[in-house]
Amino acid sequence: MRSRRVRNALAGYGLLAPALFVFAAFSFYPLWRVIWLGLHEQNRTGTNQRWVGVNQYTDVLTGEEFRGGLWITAQFVLLTVPIGVVIGILLAVAANRRLRGIKVFQVIFSSTIASSTAVTAVIFFVLLEPSIGYLSDPWIFDLLDPDRAIFAVALTGVWQNLGLTFIITLAGLQAVPDDILEAARLDGFGPIRSFARVTLPMITPTLLFLSVALTVFGLQAFAQIDVLTGGGPAGATETLVFKIFNSQEPRQLGEGSVMSVGLFLVTGTVATLQFWLLERRVHYAN
Amino acid sequence: MQTDAAPGWVRNVAWYVLLTGLAAAVLFPIWMTIVRALSNPITWSFDRGQPPYPVDIEWDVFGRAFDEASFGRQLAVSATVTLIIVIGQMVTSVLAAYAFAFVDFPFKRTMFAVTMATLMLPIEVTLVANSRTIRELDWTNSFEGLTVPFLASALGIFLVRQGFLAVPRDLRDAAALDGYGHLRFLWRVAIPITRPVIAAFVVLSFLAAWNSYLWPRAITDDSDWNTIQIGLRAVANSTADQLNVGVAAALLAALPVLIVLVLFQRHIVRGLTAGAVKG
Repeated sequence: MRSRRVRNALAGYGLLAPALFVFAAFSFYPLWRVIWLGLHEQNRTGTNQRWVGVNQYTDVLTGEEFRGGLWITAQFVLLTVPIGVVIGILLAVAANRRLRGIKVFQVIFSSTIASSTAVTAVIFFVLLEPSIGYLSDPWIFDLLDPDRAIFAVALTGVWQNLGLTFIITLAGLQAVPDDILEAARLDGFGPIRSFARVTLPMITPTLLFLSVALTVFGLQAFAQIDVLTGGGPAGATETLVFKIFNSQEPRQLGEGSVMSVGLFLVTGTVATLQFWLLERRVHYAN
Repeated sequence: MQTDAAPGWVRNVAWYVLLTGLAAAVLFPIWMTIVRALSNPITWSFDRGQPPYPVDIEWDVFGRAFDEASFGRQLAVSATVTLIIVIGQMVTSVLAAYAFAFVDFPFKRTMFAVTMATLMLPIEVTLVANSRTIRELDWTNSFEGLTVPFLASALGIFLVRQGFLAVPRDLRDAAALDGYGHLRFLWRVAIPITRPVIAAFVVLSFLAAWNSYLWPRAITDDSDWNTIQIGLRAVANSTADQLNVGVAAALLAALPVLIVLVLFQRHIVRGLTAGAVKG
C-alpha cells in the first residue's frame, strides 16, 4: 500500500515537473524578483544596488510617471471595452438567425481575430496616415495631436476585438434556449422587450466574462502604440506597459519593477471586482 | 416572430441588407490595406487623390516584401518559434493535466491552485525581471530566449484537464483490468478521446505564439532575429515610396492565421468560449 502511494507521488510530480519548472522560473521567480528589485536602486551599469525599501514603492506609485501611464491606460480601456461590447452584441444579434448563407457573415464578423495587434496597427496606419488616410481627421482621429492620438490608437483596439467579442457573444446567444424565447413570444413580448427582458439577462454572465477579458487586454496595450505612435506625440500614448517596457535599463529598473507590481495589483483588482460582480449577477439571473 | 406585419421575404431582404452593410464596415479597413499594398504608392497618394480602389497595380509587391523587407527570414523565425511553443505547450499541458485528472499525489489541490495562479502573472507583469534573466543566461537573440518562458500554459493544463475529467469511469476501470499503465492509458485512451479539446487548445496556442509582440521585442535587438510581427514595426517609418511593401508584408503576416481560422473555425470557437458560456 505504502509503495503504491510513493509510486503515485513520483508519477504525479514527474508528470508535473516540466510545467512546474517553467512556471517557477518564468512566472513565480520573476514575481519575487520584481518585488525585490522594487526595494532597490541600481547603479548605472546594474553591477551594484542599494536598498531603498518601501520608499520607492510609495514614491513611484504616487508619482506622476505611474499615475500618468495609468490614466492613459484607463482611457484606452474606457474607449475600447464598452464600445467593443456593444458592437459585439449588435453583430451577434444580427448574425444569430436562420438565413441562407449566414455562415459567410459569421466568418466575416469573426475575421478580425486573425489580425495580430501589429498587423492591426499597420492596417490602421493606412487609414490614419496623416492628411491622406481615409479616417485621419483633425477633429477626432489624429495621430499627430497629443489630445487625440489616444482615440486613433483606441480605434485599432475596437476593431481588433470585434472578432473575439462577436464569437463569444454569439455563443452566448446560441445557448439561450428556444423554448424560453417562444414562451416570451406567447406572452406577447415583442422582439425588443424579449431581448431586453429575456435574452440580455441570460447572456449577462457571458458579457461580464467578455468585459473582463477585454479590460485585461486593454491594460496590456503595447504593440499598437509601439507601431503607431511610439508613445507619442509628446508621451500622450505612453500606457503603463509602454512605460514598463522603457524602464529595463539598470538605472530605471527599480522604478520599472514597482510599476510592474502596480500593473499586477491593478489587473488583479479589476479581475476580482468584475468576477465578484459576475457572481452577484448570476445569482440575480437565477 | 410571425406576428409582424411584413411578409417573410421582405424581412429577409432587410436582414441581408443590414448584414451586408455591417460586413462591409468590418472589412473596409482590410480592403483599404489591400488597395494600399497593390497600388503604386506615389500614384495612389498624390497623382489622383486617394481612390478606394487599386491604381497602377504592382503585383510584384508581395515578392518584394520577401526580397526587400526580409520577410522570408522573419517568416522562418516566426514559424520556428511558433512550432516550438505549440508543441512544447501541448506536451507539458497533456502531462500535467493527466497528473491532475488521474493520479492521486500529495498536495494536488495546492499544485493546481499554484498552476492557475500563473494566469495572474502575464508577461507584461514579469517582463522586467524575465528579460534580465534572459540576459543573464545569454539567451538574447536566440530561440531559447524566444520560446523557453512559454513552454507551459495554465490555460492549456486547465482545458486538457477538463477534457480528461470527462473520460468515463468505466473506460478507466476497463483499462486498469487490462493492465494498462499510466502511459498506455494516456496514449491509447485519454488522448484519443480528448482530441477535440487538445485541438482547440493547439489553435489558441498557435494564435498567441504567432501574434506575440512584447516579448520578442524585449529580448531581441538584432534584426536577424525579428519575428514577422516585430518586422512590421518598420512600416510606420518607411518612406512614402516604400510603404506598399511593408503593408503587403502585414497582409502576408495575417495569411497563415486566416487559413487556420477558416480551417479550424469550430475549434477556435470551442477554445475561446470554454468557460465563457454556461451549460
